Order: sequence, then C-alpha cells, then structure tokens
Amino acid sequence: METPITKNIRAGNGPPDLKSYEWAGGYRAVRKALTGMTPQAVQDAVTASNLKGRGGAGFPTGKKWAFVPMGAEARRPKYLVVNADEMEPGTFKDRLLLEGDPHQLIEGAIVSAYALEAEIAYIFVRWEYREAARRVARAIVEARGAGYLGSNILGSGYNLEIYLHVSAGRYICGEENGLLDALEGKRPIPRSKPPFPQTCGLWGRPTVVNNVETICNIPHIVNNGADWFKSLSRSEDGGTKLYGASGRVKRPGLWELPMGTSLREIIEEHAGGMREGFSFRAAQPGGASTEFLPKEQIDVKMDFDSVQKAGSRLGTGTIIVLDDRTCPVGAVHNLEMFFARESCGWCTPCREGLPWVREILWSIEEGRGEAGDLERLETQCWQLAPGHTFCALAPGAVEPLQSALKIFREDFDRHIREKRCPWK
Amino acid sequence: MITDEEKKEIRELMSHYATARAAGPEALKIVQNHRGWVSAESLKAVAEMLDMSCEELDSVATFYNMIFRKPVGRHVMLICDSISCYIARYDMLLDHLNRTHGIRMGETTPDGRFTLLPAACLGACDHAPAMMIDETLYGDLTPEKMDNILGKYQ
Amino acid sequence: MATIYIDNKPYVVKDRQNLLQVCLSLGFDLPYFCWHPAMHSVGACRQCAVKLFRDEKDTRGKIIMACMTLAKDGIRISIDDPEAKKFRAGITEFLMTCHPHDCPVCDEGGECHLQDMTVMTGHTYRGYRFRKRTHRNQYLGPFLHHEMNRCIACYRCVRFYCDYAGGRDLNAFQCGNRVYFGRHEDGVLENIFSGNLAEVCPTGVFTDKTFRRHYTRKWDLQTAPSVCVHCALGCNTIPGERYGTLRRIHNRYNGEVNGYFLCDRGRYGYEFVNGNRRIRGPLLRGPGGGEARPCTRGEALSRMEEALHTPGRLIGIGSPRASLESNFALRTLVGKDRFFSGVSERERKLSAAALEILQRGPARTPSLHEIRRADAVFIIGEDVTNTAPIMALTLLQLVPCKKVALARSLQIEPWDDMSFREAIQQECAPLYIASAAPTGLDDEATRVYHATPDDVARLAFAVAHVLESGVPGMEGLPENVSGLAGEIACALKEAERPLVISGIGGGSLSMIEGAAAISRALRSVCGKGELSFLFPECNSMGLALMGGRSLAEAREVLREGDADTLVILENDLFIRDAKPAVEELLKSAQHIIVVDHTHNRTSERAELVLPASTFAEGSGTLVNSEGRAQRFYRVFVPDGDIRESWRWIQDMISISGRGEAAGWKVLDDIAGAMAREMPEFEAVTRIAPPADFRISGEKIPRQPHRASGRTAMHAHTDVHEPMPSDDLDSPLAFTMEGYGGQAPPALIPRFWSPGWNSVQAVNKFQQEIAGPLKGGDPGQRLIEPAEGVKSASPDKIPEAEGLRPGEWLLVPLYHTFGTEEMSVLSSSVAERVPAPYLALCPEDALSLGIGEGEAAELIASGEAQQRIRVRYLKGLPRGVAGLPVSLPGVGMIDLPQKVSLVIPAKTADTGKV
Ligand SMILES: Cc1cc2nc3c(=O)[nH]c(=O)nc-3n(C[C@H](O)[C@H](O)[C@H](O)COP(=O)(O)O)c2cc1C
Ligand code: SF4
Ligand code: FES
Repeated sequence: METPITKNIRAGNGPPDLKSYEWAGGYRAVRKALTGMTPQAVQDAVTASNLKGRGGAGFPTGKKWAFVPMGAEARRPKYLVVNADEMEPGTFKDRLLLEGDPHQLIEGAIVSAYALEAEIAYIFVRWEYREAARRVARAIVEARGAGYLGSNILGSGYNLEIYLHVSAGRYICGEENGLLDALEGKRPIPRSKPPFPQTCGLWGRPTVVNNVETICNIPHIVNNGADWFKSLSRSEDGGTKLYGASGRVKRPGLWELPMGTSLREIIEEHAGGMREGFSFRAAQPGGASTEFLPKEQIDVKMDFDSVQKAGSRLGTGTIIVLDDRTCPVGAVHNLEMFFARESCGWCTPCREGLPWVREILWSIEEGRGEAGDLERLETQCWQLAPGHTFCALAPGAVEPLQSALKIFREDFDRHIREKRCPWK
Repeated sequence: MITDEEKKEIRELMSHYATARAAGPEALKIVQNHRGWVSAESLKAVAEMLDMSCEELDSVATFYNMIFRKPVGRHVMLICDSISCYIARYDMLLDHLNRTHGIRMGETTPDGRFTLLPAACLGACDHAPAMMIDETLYGDLTPEKMDNILGKYQ
Repeated sequence: MATIYIDNKPYVVKDRQNLLQVCLSLGFDLPYFCWHPAMHSVGACRQCAVKLFRDEKDTRGKIIMACMTLAKDGIRISIDDPEAKKFRAGITEFLMTCHPHDCPVCDEGGECHLQDMTVMTGHTYRGYRFRKRTHRNQYLGPFLHHEMNRCIACYRCVRFYCDYAGGRDLNAFQCGNRVYFGRHEDGVLENIFSGNLAEVCPTGVFTDKTFRRHYTRKWDLQTAPSVCVHCALGCNTIPGERYGTLRRIHNRYNGEVNGYFLCDRGRYGYEFVNGNRRIRGPLLRGPGGGEARPCTRGEALSRMEEALHTPGRLIGIGSPRASLESNFALRTLVGKDRFFSGVSERERKLSAAALEILQRGPARTPSLHEIRRADAVFIIGEDVTNTAPIMALTLLQLVPCKKVALARSLQIEPWDDMSFREAIQQECAPLYIASAAPTGLDDEATRVYHATPDDVARLAFAVAHVLESGVPGMEGLPENVSGLAGEIACALKEAERPLVISGIGGGSLSMIEGAAAISRALRSVCGKGELSFLFPECNSMGLALMGGRSLAEAREVLREGDADTLVILENDLFIRDAKPAVEELLKSAQHIIVVDHTHNRTSERAELVLPASTFAEGSGTLVNSEGRAQRFYRVFVPDGDIRESWRWIQDMISISGRGEAAGWKVLDDIAGAMAREMPEFEAVTRIAPPADFRISGEKIPRQPHRASGRTAMHAHTDVHEPMPSDDLDSPLAFTMEGYGGQAPPALIPRFWSPGWNSVQAVNKFQQEIAGPLKGGDPGQRLIEPAEGVKSASPDKIPEAEGLRPGEWLLVPLYHTFGTEEMSVLSSSVAERVPAPYLALCPEDALSLGIGEGEAAELIASGEAQQRIRVRYLKGLPRGVAGLPVSLPGVGMIDLPQKVSLVIPAKTADTGKV
C-alpha cells in the first residue's frame, strides 16, 4: 500500500531536512513542472486526478483552480494561500504534515503556485502550532537557499515568494474568506460569495486557498500522474487520505489509507477498536462540524460521496468516537460551546443563535431542561441552516446537534424528564 | 513605547504584505513576545507605525484570543476544552488545578506564575487531554503528570 | 428593465438592483437592519429573508437574503411565504434575546427601527430565558450618548462612521456575541458627521445627547420642513419643538441636496435658538449708550418713527444669514442704491465674481447629488470639510468609473458593499487639492499642493492651459508644478464627469478665476465639466443675487454725511470688518436700528433693537451655493414680539409713509413682489405651494396625529384649551388636525408612515429608494448658465509674488466647529471649538524660535494688534501663517493679507501671555 504523503514522516524523529528530502526524491516535481510543463498542464493533471480538497468541503481542486484568470490579462499579483489553520476540534492531521515533512508542503506550494501563475504564497499557520511554524520557517529558508524560491526559479523565469503567516487565534480564520481578511489585517469576517477568491481574493486579486493536505498531494500527482493517483483510492475521489481517530479507542492516531476505507476498518483495525470497558456509540466522521453517524452506519466508506449519503460529511476525515460512557448531551454542549465562542459575530443567527443553543444544552445537561427545549433546538437548527447564515460556520455548528437530536433523542428526553444527567 | 528591536522586527514583517495594516496582528504578537501582553501604550505605538488609529488596530486585536490586552502571568497555560479532550475528561484537570493552584479558566495565580486560558482544540486529539504551556505542548495528561510538568515552570 | 414576480404578481423594475431595494421601492414592507439606502447591502443581519423559487413549478423554494440578491429578469420570490415569515420572526427574536425591555425609558422609543421591525415580523414573546450579556457604555463627547446594551450588532455604525464618513476612532471590537461598538477608550468622537449615528443606528445605542437634555417623544414634537442655516449648502432639516424650546434637528431627505445625512454643525448648532443671548423683545438704548431697556412694541414703533422721519437719510445693511425676504424688505425700505450687502469688500467682490462666472457659463453648478457622480475632482483653495461639510462627505464617496467597470467585470454590483470595497480596495476617484493651507480632505486626495493663493491660482491657470493647448503656457513655473498641472489636466480630461470646486473661502479672486478658466477649457475642449463655488453662509448666494454695495462703501456714505441712520439686518458687523473700521461706521451714524435674533457686539450699539425670529420661529427663503432657493418654515410660534425681520421692516416702510409694503400680508406676497422687482427671483414663487394651498380642504399638521397631552399643556394657567395659532404664511397648521396623508415634498413636516415610526419611513416618500421624493425634490434653481455664450473673459494670471523679509502671508483657516457664527453659541458645539491660535509650519516656527503654545504678536495694517498663541501646522507653506476665521476670541482681519509677527521676549519661566 502506497503512502505518498507520509512516507518521509518518522514518528519521534525531526522532519527531513532539505538534503534528505531531496535524496528521497523531493523537489523533483518542482523541476518537472517548472522546466517541462506549462501551468495549464499542471492544472490538467490535477483536474484529471480527481483530487478533492482536504479542508473539509471536498471541492475538486482542479475545478477550483480553473476559475483563476490566467495569462497576461489577469490582475496581479496572484496569490496562493495554504490553509494551515487547523482548528476544527478533533482534527490533527495537518499538524503531522507540517511538522513531519515541511518540504513536501513547500514543494506542493511551489508547484501549485506555478500552476496558477501566482507570484506570492502565504502559509497561514494557527498560533498554537509553534513547532510546525518553526519547521516550516526553516524549510522556507532552506528552499530559498537552494533556489527553489525567489526569482527565476531553476532558470525557468518563474518567480515566487512564500511567506509564513502565524495567526493570532480564532477558528473563523480557517474559513477561506475570513482567512483572507486576517491576512489583510482586518477583522476576519467572512466575505460574501460571489465573488469567489479565485477572481477577487487577497487585496482584491485572484487568490486560491487550499488546505495543507491538498497541497501536499500535488507534487505526487505531478510526479506520478493522474492515473496513478486515482489508483490509490478505493472510491471515485482520487488518492489516499489522512484519516485519524480520537476518543476512547485503543490506539488514537493518524493513518494514510486509500480514500474510501471504511469507518469500521479505521476504528477496528487501525485504531485497535474500543478501549476496555467502552463501547462504540456514534462517531463524527470528520471533525466537530460533522453529523454523528450511529453504530448502524459503521460500514460507511469514508469518501466524500459515501459519507454524504450516510447523512454526514467526510469533513477532515479525523474521526471523533463517542463511547457509551460519555453523556451525548454534554458532548454536544461542548461542541456548541466551541462554536458559540468562535462565531465571528457578523450575522445574527450565528451570533445570537449559538449562545442560545449553548445555554439550552447546558440547562438540559444540568437538569434544568424544560418541555419545548428540544423543539426550540430543532427550530434553531433550521434557522442556522446552510444559506440562512453568512458563512458555513453556523450550519457546521448545528450539524452535530441536528443529528444528536435524532440519534440521542431518548438521552435528551431522559435529562429533561429526570431533571439530571444520568451519566453523573 | 516599543523598542528599536521590536520596531525592526515589525518593519521586516511589513515587507511581506501589500499593505502596512496587514502586519497588525503579527506586529502585536511581536510586542507580546517581548512583554507578555499588549498594553494601551504598546498598541498605540504599533498603530502609529502602521498608520492606523488605535481603534482600527484594537478592533482587530480584540478579535483574536491569542493577543492579550490584559496582563497575564509569567506562563500562559492553555487547556484544550474541545471535544476529544472533553471525552478524555479535561474537566478533571481543571478541578485539579483549582484545588492545587486556586484558579479557574481566565484567572491568574496570585503569585503571577500562571494564567489559565481555554484553548480550542490543540490538534493533539490522539493524546487527549492536552495542554500547552507557553510554547510547549503536553498530551496524555493526568493530574499527577500535570503536577510534574507545572513544577518545571517558575 | 426587468420583470420580476413577487408572490406570483409581475412587476417591472429597474435593472441591476437588489431585491430588498426593489421590494421597498415597490412599497412592500420587508424588514431589514444592516442594509441602509446610502450604504447598501452586506447581508449581515439576515432579516430581509424572502423565498426564492426556481420557476413556476418550484413549490419548495429556498430562503435567500433579498438585499444580497440581484433582481434579475424573471426571478420569482415570495415575501408572504410562511417559511420566510417564520425565518424573519426568528431573526428578530434572536436580535431581541439580549435587548433590554426598556422601550418606555429608551430615547429611541417611538421612532425605533428595531421596534418597528419587531412589530412587523410579529415577534411578541421572548423565548430566551437565560442571562443577557451586558456591556459598559462609553463617554463619546458632547454629541452622542452611548447605551451599548441596546445594540443588535447590525454594524451600520461602523460602516457609516469608518467606511462612509472616513472616521477612524470608532470601530467594532471583540467577536461573537461579545462584539462591542465604540472607541478603544472613552473620548470625544472626532468625525464631524458623528451625529448621523443617532439616525443610522436602528435602535437606541447612539442617541442625540443634546436632545436628551430636553427630551420629548417624537410624537410630541412639533416639526416643520426647514433648511440648515450653518453653511451655504442648505441641507434640508426637520427641527422639532415642544413647549417653546427647540429640541433637536433631524435630517430631512432631499435627493438633490443632502440625501440622508447632516454634519454635526448642522445637527447640533440649533441650541442658539434657545440660548440666553436671544433677543426676546424690543429694546431701547439712550443716546449715550449704556444698558438697553426692554420696551413695548408701541414704544419701539414710536422710536422707529423718530429715527426714520427724515427721508433719504437712511441706509440699510443686509445680511448673508437673513432670508431673501428680509433682505428684500430692507432693500425696499432704503432703495436699491442705499442697500448694502453687509459683507466685507473682499467677500462682496468674490461673491459677485463667482456669481457672474456661474451665470455666464458655460459650466453649470451641480447639485450635491450630481457631485456624487463626479469621477475626477479638483478643489482650488477651499477647505471643503470645514466650510461645507456635507459636500466633503459627498466627495468621500466618489468612485472612479473604471473601478465600477472592474467590479462589474467581476460580477460585483456596487450595492454589494463589502465585495465592492474589497474589489476596488478603497480606491477613490482622482481628487486633487490645491490650497494655501492644509485641508480636511488632504488625506483622501490623490495629490495635494500647498502654496500661496497666487501660486495656487497659477497652478489652476496652468491646468487650464494644458487642457487647451497641451502646455502650461506660463513663465517660470517650477517643473514639479507644471508636472502636477499636466497630471491634473489629464485626470480631468479622462473623467466622464470632471468637477472643479472653488469658493469664497480662500479669499482670492485669482483662485476663483483660475477655477473658472479650467471649467471653460474643459467645456470648450472636451464638452464636459462642472463648476461649483462654495459661498460662506446660508444665504450668501441669495444676497449676491440681490446685489448691494459693500460695508466699506457704507462707511464712505456715512463719512460723507450722505446718511445718518443705519438699519442693520441680522448682522454682526464686527465679524465682517476690522474693528476700527466698524467702530468708525457705527460712530458716524446718529441712529442705529438693529433687527436680529441674537445679541452681538453690533446690537449692543443700537438705540433700537428689534427681536427677529430665527429659522425656527419664522419662514423664508434661502439660496444655497448651488443657486437653489429653498423654503424654510416656522416650526413654532415664539412668545412675545419675536417676528420675521421682514415684518419689522415692513412696519418701518409704513412708518416712513410709503406704500410699497402695504400689500405684504403673507410670505407669498413679499416673494411675489421680489420676483416682480428682480426677475432672477421669479422661481422663488414656485418653490412651494402657496399659503392657501389645501388638500381636501385641509392644512398640513405640524404635530403628529399621536401628539399627546396637548389639552394639558396649558392646564396650569388655564383649563380651557387655547385656540391654536394660525399660520397665514403657509399651508402648515400648528395642530395635529389636518390632512393625514403625504404632503407635497416642500411641505413634509416629518417622515412617518403606518408601521414606520423611525427615520426609515423616508422609504415611503421616495419615488424609488434613494431617488427623488414623490413629487420631485423641493427647491428651485435660480441660476443656469446662459445658453451658447462663449465667454471671453481674459485670463488674469497673477504674478508669482515673493514676500519681503519679516513679512508673512496670513491666510484664513476654517473649523467646522468655530468658524460659523451661530453654531458656536450652541453649548455642545462650543465644547468642540478650538482655542484661538495662529498657525505656523514647524520649520518657520523653529526659525522664529517660537514654541507651540507660546504667544506671538500679530500686526496687520490698519487693524488692531492681536496677541495669539502659536500652533504648529504641518503642510503650511513656508512664509505663510494661518488664522482661523471668526473663531471666538480671534479678531476679524481681512484675509489673505501680508502681516508682520513680533515674538515677545519670553519672561523667565514661560512664554505665557
Ligand atoms: C468555519 C470554517 C473553518 C474552517 N477551517 C478550516 C481550516 O482550519 N483548515 C482548512 O484547511 N479549511 C478550513 N475550512 C475550509 C476552508 O474554508 C476552505 O474550504 C478550505 O481551506 C479549502 O481548501 P481545500 O479546497 O483544499 O479543501 C473552514 C471552513 C469553515 C466554514
Ligand atoms: S455564520 Fe455568520 S456570525 Fe457565524 S462565523 Fe459565519 S459569518 Fe460569522
Ligand atoms: S438587510 Fe439583508 S441581511 Fe441585513
């Protein structure tokens, strides 16, 4: 089984430096693309590979790139932004890539920027990823020293600067438009779409925002071709996926597996099943903003379409396992506390609705729930549905709640009925 | 006021962006690195450098949770309070801290040693519960392990 | 045009608008918060939700925000859809979760947009049972009160204050439901448009602080259509009165003039009306001067008779702050040749020249609405921010045409405010400023040029030459100046609607002529371009149209002994001319009669003082800088003998035994007489319906139909309700009875419509949102450029003139708060008036060895010496000093003028005066 994006990563060791990265075949894709391919050819390869964005929404990367105006007419500079803001609770996959193999990310960024004819790239790292930031910064310096960055890279005539931007906190900065505002030094309020960043992004210029894992796949696609990439997968979506699992499983962790590996396989084989004394109740397949999948769905294939069909989203592919000894009401309250705190405060439903949701859940958990509370929560879920709010934070926030109200209905009812949390 | 060294670092940063104000949040973090927090005076000095008003800069600064506009203790302790750590009972750590150090979220120990703040998922869910002190991440915490770690910070 | 379907009915609407605007224009009641007609859409509040259907067959549809959706041809939406209604009610409920239950004690109650929308969406019971979040309030200065707990986070305040008005000291802080709107610490809000927050905020977070001191519910205010008297732009206002005091000023929408906003001078200057310096009854003073004593009207009339008994010994001094009618009455009393315009020689000359240029053409003076569409502007010698604030606000909105095109190419509509700003990156249309001193718009300008007025004029002429012949055509022009001339010419030429702005404020005829030369060149070479001249006071333009000689000439007439009696109309001569000159004038008169509403140094010298009405107690006509004549109406009937000046003068005319004024029963009569005498005023007779105008036989009530407690207002003196006063001058009545529907535009006393109690009710009065009022925006233009006249006025290019050593060129400086005579009497405005100072550029001050705050002695020829503290002003050219005009405590000096400065030897410890 091939594991292209993690093959250089050794647990416990530092990341490969420039030399070892090159020795392992690194920066071949930069050479290949910049000296032998047109930007369009790189884009074509990515489109053909069926790579879907790994940031959570699963938008086909080639399609996203195709909206960027190309050629002499395009407004410049153009920007590539690597989204390394990973703050989705339960998600820890990008940190592995940032800390474990920063050169792979730099190489991916160079090739991607080249495909977009972008002159400047930013790597936007969340504040708490201190070690990642240090390692990426070092890698940038090394890459620059080796002539992979700067002007006239490898004699190709192509110029690129990559800057590291360390965020100052707040989940909303991961939303691509909020992220652009953050980079501009403004309040990170999402922008309305359209226009999309590809035509009017950073400082009003064409901009592409991609997730770390998405970008890390690019060099391998360029090196090995779209067909190879598709062959890695067990589903329609191309490539491998970095899956993770946390919660009361025996071996929480991350694994690079073929896209479309089943939830059961990940939990039972790779994570070693549930810990002694705990049993599986439900799971969020891809971070805090994804709907709970009940036990009955454990055989779902973890690719974008299949998880969607099962009633949730693949999201970031890092699974949060809810066991039978954790109160689901408390867990949902914890999720909503997070989202209410991280709401940017721009649109009404999210700003006012989430704190209200949080309060109701807390009162239920505390045994102060009232008749009608669950109906109220259902209304809020509708009020915060996609399209009803300004960005995807609020709809993401109520996805787990909505599913919890169905799957754990009896638990909610018991809290209200018994005026206490049965788990306490 | 801010020092020449801070100014130099800020100026260097400014060259990374198309506008001066884009360097705002990072400039404040530079000041914070040097001083622990961002006082009104520091904010004003940075705002002047970036040709911003205090309101323009502070409106951005207060948005972020990692820019401290109030003094913090010598060490900032970020305890992850997100879902995986919830499942791993981070609340036991909080209770423990409250017993041993008398602080809750948002508070500073009377001796100014620690400020305890909530953190959104630290990206260490496979080692939940997790926390970060200053720039170091700690995982798989238990109250005992925590006591050992805290002992290293004076 | 596009056909759209709302609840299955077709409507034909204008292209490229958003659905919210379209629905409101069509008269639908669709609630909204974050949208504002002048600031457009950002989609934040999610209140304007409607259902969108794919086609006729689609029955499910989806909820969208009307304000963020283009009203495309064929689009199908529903406002009445139950789900859409439920969603809107839900949003209101969200907004109300933390809102206080304080409507009965809230300043906004009764005119609260939030209240209106809550009722409109049908939200009645709060389902939120948890603790509300609370905030601390801030001190924000004399104009605004802050009550953050009422905030619903619609973001309109920051969008107005920062994005629209260019302010930088208010913002949004924090995130989530903790967002806070205010300053980073307590302090005065600096922006001169801050008062609009009271109207922009849909609830009671920002409220009028002056109003709070004598608060009244909106429904208890007696209001009438009025015009601001604090600068020459003539913004339309709605003053409100109760119990004989003026309580506040609100904006009165006029699509051609001020649109939605007022400046703080206009909003807060009103307090002078209630001031203790008001003249409330006739006063007599003995021949030796001294204290004046109140007298009866009869006594006043007999003293008037004594003073006026010898015909032909009388001269009249008019005023740029008095109405056309009052000035005309005075002119009738004394005769055309003995009517003096009451402004300095310089001002009279400049106004006459500017007026002539505008009348002659070919460039036309644009309205503020037209200025809003300009795409390249060159300002010559005016500090627009401080002399005509609302014009500055307009200039802040200029967007270059190519930016609009760019946005459209990205499929961004200009009403999509956030995306639009992101796409154009705050880029403004080319704005060039050339002036002797820094101006309030310098920060917004593409380039600024500060030099002596003559050098500024030379630049202007150079621009005109470049336009006409491609070269500056001037000897000895420094390279950078000719380069700048080329750049400005190019920008003006490339624009579709270039605009040149100059005015009387710079005090320089050559600057005015330079501006005229550019507009002529633009017209003749490119066939486009408009020209705007700013006049200093609310009726300066009207006075210029009326003619009349200057004060200096009046002095001459008196000195020659050709007159001995002086009638002074609403004018403090001490702000018009240097003190010695005014003293001479007053001393040479045997009788001085002053008609004015406020005591000043001139009224203190009069033997007879007659109480005139202010704009709030009388009606009349003012002509603004555009040349637009506008009617203001009496808001309330004052106690005692206060009357319009023209009525006092009418008495004088009758006493003099003349018949001209006999037929002046009401305002229409005198306006008619004026139009007959001077055809340039013919249009004044058409600016508003005549006094006998009625709708369904009824007058238009000044009091809202909900006015309460009227019967009790006088109960402490008389239980019988008195007859309401009658207003013979207008179709407006001083009662709540009368026609309840919408009045004709010139007579709208307030904006109200069922369900719309807040200022947003104006939507219901417009032909389309942000368009003209139904029935047309009020006012009549009195000047249009003569057709086809190709004026051949030769360029009078001034020589570049140097200064001798020790000589300083003193130029005028302006302050929004401080320059204007009446507003500084308002206690709130007074807090913002700077202390007197003399401005020097830091380099000059250094070479003189004078520190900031130290005193200098200012010596101007023929004028009293003044001691004044020095303030550094960056950007002032070397050799040029600046003096704030009319600032309380600064003596009147005719400016610009060459002066000398003496630095007094410093005493041992300080440089204190
Ligand atoms: C509230 C919110 C937070 C997000 N946070 C992240 C994040 O931390 N990292 C990330 O890559 N994408 C995040 N996204 C998704 C991004 O908006 C964007 O879709 C993604 O970066 C695109 O990358 P991709 O096409 O490579 O998936 C977030 C989205 C939302 C709505
Ligand atoms: S849903 Fe609205 S308030 Fe919430 S984060 Fe997005 S824009 Fe901000
Ligand atoms: S008015 Fe449309 S979202 Fe606020």
